[in-house]
Amino acid sequence: MRPFTYERATSPADAAAKAASIPGARFIAGGTNLLDLMKLQIETPAHLIDVNGLGLDKIEDTPDGGLRVGALVRNTDLAADMRVRQHYGVLSRALVAGASGQLRNVATTAGNLLQRTRCPYFYDPNQPCNKRQPGSGCSAIGGVSRQLGIVGTSEACIATHPSDMAVAMRVLDATVETVRPGGAMRRIPIADLHRLPGDSPHVETTLERGELITAVTLPKPVGGAQIYHKVRDRASYAFALVSVAAIVHPDGTGRVALGGVAPKPWRVEAAEAHMKQGAKVVTAGLLADARPTDDNRFKVRLAERTLAAVLAEARG
Amino acid sequence: MRHQGNADVSRRGLLLGAAASAALTATPRHGQAMPADGNMPPAPHPGPVPNMNPVMSRVSLTVNGTARTLEVDTRTTLLDALREHLRLTGTKKGCDHGQCGACTVIVDGRRINSCLTLAVMHEGGSVTTVEGLGTPAKLHPMQAAFVKHDGYQCGYCTPGQICSAVAVLEEIEAGIPSHVTASLTDAPQVTNDEMRERMSGNICRCGAYSNILEAMAEVAGQKMAGHRNGRDPA
Repeated sequence: MRPFTYERATSPADAAAKAASIPGARFIAGGTNLLDLMKLQIETPAHLIDVNGLGLDKIEDTPDGGLRVGALVRNTDLAADMRVRQHYGVLSRALVAGASGQLRNVATTAGNLLQRTRCPYFYDPNQPCNKRQPGSGCSAIGGVSRQLGIVGTSEACIATHPSDMAVAMRVLDATVETVRPGGAMRRIPIADLHRLPGDSPHVETTLERGELITAVTLPKPVGGAQIYHKVRDRASYAFALVSVAAIVHPDGTGRVALGGVAPKPWRVEAAEAHMKQGAKVVTAGLLADARPTDDNRFKVRLAERTLAAVLAEARG
Repeated sequence: MRHQGNADVSRRGLLLGAAASAALTATPRHGQAMPADGNMPPAPHPGPVPNMNPVMSRVSLTVNGTARTLEVDTRTTLLDALREHLRLTGTKKGCDHGQCGACTVIVDGRRINSCLTLAVMHEGGSVTTVEGLGTPAKLHPMQAAFVKHDGYQCGYCTPGQICSAVAVLEEIEAGIPSHVTASLTDAPQVTNDEMRERMSGNICRCGAYSNILEAMAEVAGQKMAGHRNGRDPA
């Protein structure tokens, strides 16, 4: 790790203002991803702003019947909250499908959204990577890409967003709340939080420099069978090859988002109009623009089959 | 290589320097991207290491019931603070990247990877390591069960396994669901499937998993018997 100075923020607005004004500043919350990357000198902050003491760790009912999840709520606590288990089951299921018990005890809601890709070339400082070192090239294209993205990718980057939680939040139409460096609040639909890589894969979100996520809100419950199905190389403690988050209503309508296939949780609302016609049609819509590599072409059929399994489970 | 003459730092610096050189000279193979004028924090790039000295900071925390105050480099992980500053070497460093679980300790009642958290983030915190669970003369029931069921071979992962195992039974008791819990709205039960899933963050290179499971099952049985008798043996 490179040396860094460290301070505890006193308020969200204070944290945002400092992060915007101090060169090389980064927020630290759980730290499970940031410290991992700092040890490899992939992240080299000069200053860490600890946001753990800001009281952003509560789950509250909202006036419109939804939930407001503080940015610092730990993954374990969010998964275990009885309101989430009863009304947002897909979110609980996605959370407990991710990482290990030790990591979920520390990892936060906002940190989970902002975690970085696990592309092996991003993690290897000896390899060119446009996300780690803009302009250096993408080693994954033409490299070992079995785990990597098939849709939403670009000529510059085929990394995936690794979160399970975010896929469930996308299918639940969550909204991200932030405070900007000037102190103003902002609400960002989760669909708009993560950017596609285009020719600047190192710019991963639409957040401004210094902008701090303070909460994620969930709209009032929509009911339905809520399922998160994750396919991975090990039965536990592995990132998704493909995951499906779905909400299926008794009349066969519903919503679906995919994980493990794209630089962000992958949902195409137009494809959901065909839910009653089954997995093949829906997946064709979801992955119409897919450009898989030879290594990860299997993910196209895997996504269809996983969705078919989910729809069968929803029918009971 | 800021610290000339320090063998450890020099060797590490040399390796990292070599890595940076390789990255600089490597020919981009595919998909060159132009740096964008994004307003994100600047992406890290190879270059001269900023001439920045280590930053020291004071942290006070309770470790195994004893109040301790440490003066540490801000970079010090909780794991290194325990091992190198407090000489509590029961907690082990395996991968140092949160993948193996050998560094598992219990902080403020929860098991965590001590390698992926900074000591300075635990001001006022309470840490329990394997040394704080029991002593050779008075083993914690989980330690005794690991001995009885031969829940280890080389023993390196064992302190992390034991800390994790103690916390896993408490997590099930607290009703926290897992990936294998059948119903999200029912309380999870102490089953082999539940314990196996919840222990997946602790890797054992020797493969003592089945014996670890037997040790946990025995302690879980003792706890349930204790509850029936109105006492908690753990």
